Amino acid sequence: MRYIRPLSIEDAVGELAKAVGPAAILAGGSDLLVRMKGGFIEPELIVDIKAIGGLADITETADGFRIGAAVPCAVLGENKALRKAWPGVVEAANLIGSKQVQGRCTITGNLCNASPAADSVPALAAAGARAVVAGPSGKRTIAVEAVPTGPGRTSLAKGEIIEAILLDKRPDHAGDAYLRFIPRTEMDIAVVSAGVNLTLDEKGAIKTARVALGAAAPTVLLVEEAGQVLVGSKLDEATLERLAKICSGACRPIDDKRGTIEFRRKVAGVLAQRAATTAYKRAGGK
Amino acid sequence: MAGVAVSTTINGDAVEYLCQPDETLLDVLRDRLGLTGAKEGCGTGDCGACSVIVDGRLVCSCLVLGAEAEGRKVETIEGMAHGDQLHPLQQKFLEHAALQCGICTPGFLIAAKDLLEKNPSPTEEEIRFGLAGNLCRCTGYDKIVRAVQDAANVMKGA
Repeated sequence: MRYIRPLSIEDAVGELAKAVGPAAILAGGSDLLVRMKGGFIEPELIVDIKAIGGLADITETADGFRIGAAVPCAVLGENKALRKAWPGVVEAANLIGSKQVQGRCTITGNLCNASPAADSVPALAAAGARAVVAGPSGKRTIAVEAVPTGPGRTSLAKGEIIEAILLDKRPDHAGDAYLRFIPRTEMDIAVVSAGVNLTLDEKGAIKTARVALGAAAPTVLLVEEAGQVLVGSKLDEATLERLAKICSGACRPIDDKRGTIEFRRKVAGVLAQRAATTAYKRAGGK
Repeated sequence: MAGVAVSTTINGDAVEYLCQPDETLLDVLRDRLGLTGAKEGCGTGDCGACSVIVDGRLVCSCLVLGAEAEGRKVETIEGMAHGDQLHPLQQKFLEHAALQCGICTPGFLIAAKDLLEKNPSPTEEEIRFGLAGNLCRCTGYDKIVRAVQDAANVMKGA
């Protein structure tokens, strides 16, 4: 096995592209090292991306935020501007693991690990976040929900690295929220979860809405119909009822020891309602 | 196999070592450097017994490669006391009997030190959430929380 720490994204891409055996990208390592220890992956090459310029930074641009692929989730929580603009994304990222894990884990890693129960991914999908992918043939920007293709699988090709996650600049009257169900108070994996992102018009009616569910299907579920039903409303009871029904209906969950299909369907609807209510309040709605 | 040459700083001392690319920082600390304070409980980042601080961040050393310590500053339990002078947290863990078998204790002390450096006056809830990444299978946590509260008071008065 070889461990390398390239200084440029081009070098990292080049090494990954020419790797003969299994290769792994290392940022926080909180999934990779566990998988190596368990014998689920035996990489011949580990590419540590933390020394690549810009990958360890959050930058605020005219268009919004650029979160480097090596930024630990704890740093997201310490960034006041990001917390103010995207509280739902930050609260989702900060739910991952303990303080010790927060100091290492990244939202890009959470996305690329491609667990259906990844906490930050529904919040990112609801936020309309995009991933900047660097690869042998250049760079491309894709929606985050286009990255996972199934449990543990992504759409990234050989040699490709996500170098950053992009979040838009927020208009006035905007809010997002993320909620998950776990049987404990923390340190657990979502049984089912929901992220909601809203913008309001001057009168407090919902102008745009995106709703995403986690642990409800093999990949994150962006439920477009759920977003549409919220538009024009002020989250009255009938709208919330319809939201829950659509979300429950959109679920394609598994039955396992952490939750039954029936339970996950029901709770997905409830969490969507509650996340929508929080997002609405954060957007200044009454 | 030649291994990876690493230059790092541990508890203020410049340290150099060779390690294998897949070797964890925990294994380097314990097996190559003789710093056996950090413990391997689970080896998968769940129990916190291997907690150390790297560049000011609390981490599980079982989830860090030894090679990643290049150019970093690592703080371990061995650097917590000054000679015979125990850190207030260590003193209060003794006074409150906040340990039984002691395996989790170095991790709890490092995590509590990190917590109090970032939040000198934590509430009980903040302590319990802040230390949720550290598992103790003996004490039931109550004595640990009391010891941290007491140490926080002592450290504020100092």
